[in-house]
Amino acid sequence: MTDKALLLESSPHFRDQDSVPKIMYAVILSLLPAVLASIYFFRWRALLLYACCIIAGLATEALFLWIRKKPMNSLWDGSVIITGLLLAMTLPPNLSLDSAVIGAVVAVGLGKHVFGGLGHNIFNPALVGRAFLQTAFPVAMTTWTAPATLSVDAVTFATPLGNLKFEAALVEGTLTPAKDLFWGNVGGSLGETSAIALLIGAAFLFYKKAIDWKIPAGIILSLTVFTGIFWLVSPDAYATPLFHLMAGGLILGAFFMATDMVTSPITPMGTWIFALGIGLLVGLIRLFGGLAEGVMFSILFMNMFVPLLNRFTRPRILGERRKK
Amino acid sequence: MKIKTFPRGIHPPEHKSLTAGSPLESMPPPEKVFIPLHQHFGSPAKAVVQKGEEVLLGQKIGEATALFSADVHASVSGKVLAIDGYNHPLGKPVLAVSIANNGEDRSDPGISGTENPLSLEPESIRTKVKEAGIVGLGGAGFPTAVKLSPPKDKPIDTVIINGCECEPLLNADYRLLMEFADHVLQGAELVRIATGAGRIVIGIEDNKKDAFTLFKDKTQDSQIEVVLLKTKYPQGAEKNLISALLDREVPKGGLPFDVGVVVQNVGTVKAIWDAVKTGRPLYERALTVSGSGVKNPKNLMVRIGTPFRDVLDFCGGHKNEANILVMGGPMMGLSQWTSDVPVIKGTSGILSWQATPPAFVHTCIQCARCIGHCPMNLVPTRLMKYAKNDHIKEAEDWGILDCVECGCCQYTCPARIPLVHWIRLGKNNVMIEKRKKSA
Repeated sequence: MTDKALLLESSPHFRDQDSVPKIMYAVILSLLPAVLASIYFFRWRALLLYACCIIAGLATEALFLWIRKKPMNSLWDGSVIITGLLLAMTLPPNLSLDSAVIGAVVAVGLGKHVFGGLGHNIFNPALVGRAFLQTAFPVAMTTWTAPATLSVDAVTFATPLGNLKFEAALVEGTLTPAKDLFWGNVGGSLGETSAIALLIGAAFLFYKKAIDWKIPAGIILSLTVFTGIFWLVSPDAYATPLFHLMAGGLILGAFFMATDMVTSPITPMGTWIFALGIGLLVGLIRLFGGLAEGVMFSILFMNMFVPLLNRFTRPRILGERRKK
Repeated sequence: MKIKTFPRGIHPPEHKSLTAGSPLESMPPPEKVFIPLHQHFGSPAKAVVQKGEEVLLGQKIGEATALFSADVHASVSGKVLAIDGYNHPLGKPVLAVSIANNGEDRSDPGISGTENPLSLEPESIRTKVKEAGIVGLGGAGFPTAVKLSPPKDKPIDTVIINGCECEPLLNADYRLLMEFADHVLQGAELVRIATGAGRIVIGIEDNKKDAFTLFKDKTQDSQIEVVLLKTKYPQGAEKNLISALLDREVPKGGLPFDVGVVVQNVGTVKAIWDAVKTGRPLYERALTVSGSGVKNPKNLMVRIGTPFRDVLDFCGGHKNEANILVMGGPMMGLSQWTSDVPVIKGTSGILSWQATPPAFVHTCIQCARCIGHCPMNLVPTRLMKYAKNDHIKEAEDWGILDCVECGCCQYTCPARIPLVHWIRLGKNNVMIEKRKKSA
């Protein structure tokens, strides 16, 4: 022992075995049920979109790391694969592949690296990519095709939320039943068509403690209360809270996007405000805004407040007196 | 049965079974001891012996120089070889008295016990504790006599005996509970008398059920309360222990005195009893030698000043693959650069295992696990960033000085950021700034 150099390190000398890549790969694993479901519903179109987003994302990451003279480690930590998967899940199935590539480049480049890479970005990268595409290609981004599992001859197909907003589905009685939303056989983005597949993945993330339960809980709570009030007052004019929870990207957003560790608050109180704010904004946009869907902008909007929320919601230190 | 605990914290692998069943064994005193004059919180003691002088076992060799200081005693009988700087487990060399053991263990005739310690006045208990050089044996080394002298305006109502031993691997306190239960109970009573408290609460973690049952049985007819605590780290941290047992919060920057509590470690109360009953000063202590790098892990009674090397040799030595040597527990212990360091009053364990050198450090991904596990409810990741960027005022505002360096944040950090290391730096910088201001 004297002959050997002893390892000198400051305490603690024990560490938990969990690591950043392990968390990231757990998230990827948790997305797989929904990814597989979307491949089942939209066949090779889905597969191609996933491939384009992931490959373009990795290439952009590598390029930026090279320009910024950073080690290539974060290429393989899984974070870019998540961004690619999540971006693809928010895209309409028939979007052209070059648009998808542009989205991925914007997501990783402008969404993440201009802020300093993993850990420093303010906005959820995948949603930055999608917001860019929605602004750049508004028509393509809102043209939906029916899942391959539905025998519909129409080329375009309304999403359940679009149906509700622009086709007066409530009046005509053509509102998609919550049951279909739950199992998945509906039009929409790749990742938002099957609630059950997303929830299976989310359960796995809870088990791995990779997401904060407060975020989905807060979003669901405030959206349910907000849409519930309107539904109770006037059930003929407003859809049920259950419909709003199941439709569109709410589950995908609440469990997989708002929960992104980097872009959500770190303090418990800040997390609650963040989550309740997202649910409320989704409700506002869906009921009174110009868009059928509001999850993306709600999350991006609340992302913006995260630094402020962190700053003003410092937890009370043990032994600290509450300010009178 | 209701099991008490505090919020947050962690549960690292315990590895206690390595030595839980091994009774305390007395290690024969070594040929030479190196007794540092500074083994406690506060100012170093002043040597009161000369080079070449013959000293007796238990003879005072260093004298306290201030209120926050402690006497130091010879742990063997023999000749003083030198009073010189010597390696110290806290890192910096410290003046130490080295003594060649003559193997006779001749005791200082001046040592005398007390027939009936429980009838003593508080003041004489304090004097005896002070003369025995007792400091907190949990690791921090706070002079015990000071702890037994609460300020007049802060009456003490409860004495807490800390039997948590929440650090993984360590079993020394557990063995003391099992083998010296009566000494611990009587020592606790002495603390109660000295502080004028009315109540004694003993907290034991539920991974030591047999110790809990033993104490429950022994205290059936007394006022002493024995409470089972959840096995969780850092259950034994003073402020968390007080909150778990009494639901009181020690105010920010304050001491347990402020909420009428004195906390004593199991080893300390046993030492108090020994000192008052037999007059024997603190020259040996219980410690655990363990870890996968030690050939025969043991619980030992070791003389203060025994080099780690001798202790390890007594335990069959070191396995080849072992590459780290830690004094204390794996969560708060100090890694050593050599085994030529002496056992001091605060040495609760000597551990060795094969450690993996620090891996790639990721950037913080804001996962907030450090916040979710901080027993003080701090925001370690922010404190780390403030420390890193010299934002001294913000660091202080966010409570960096409240950090107890328990290491829960760093334990759970998936990015493997050395959070405690940065926070220590930040604390130092805040203190430097404070001193500048007051100067």
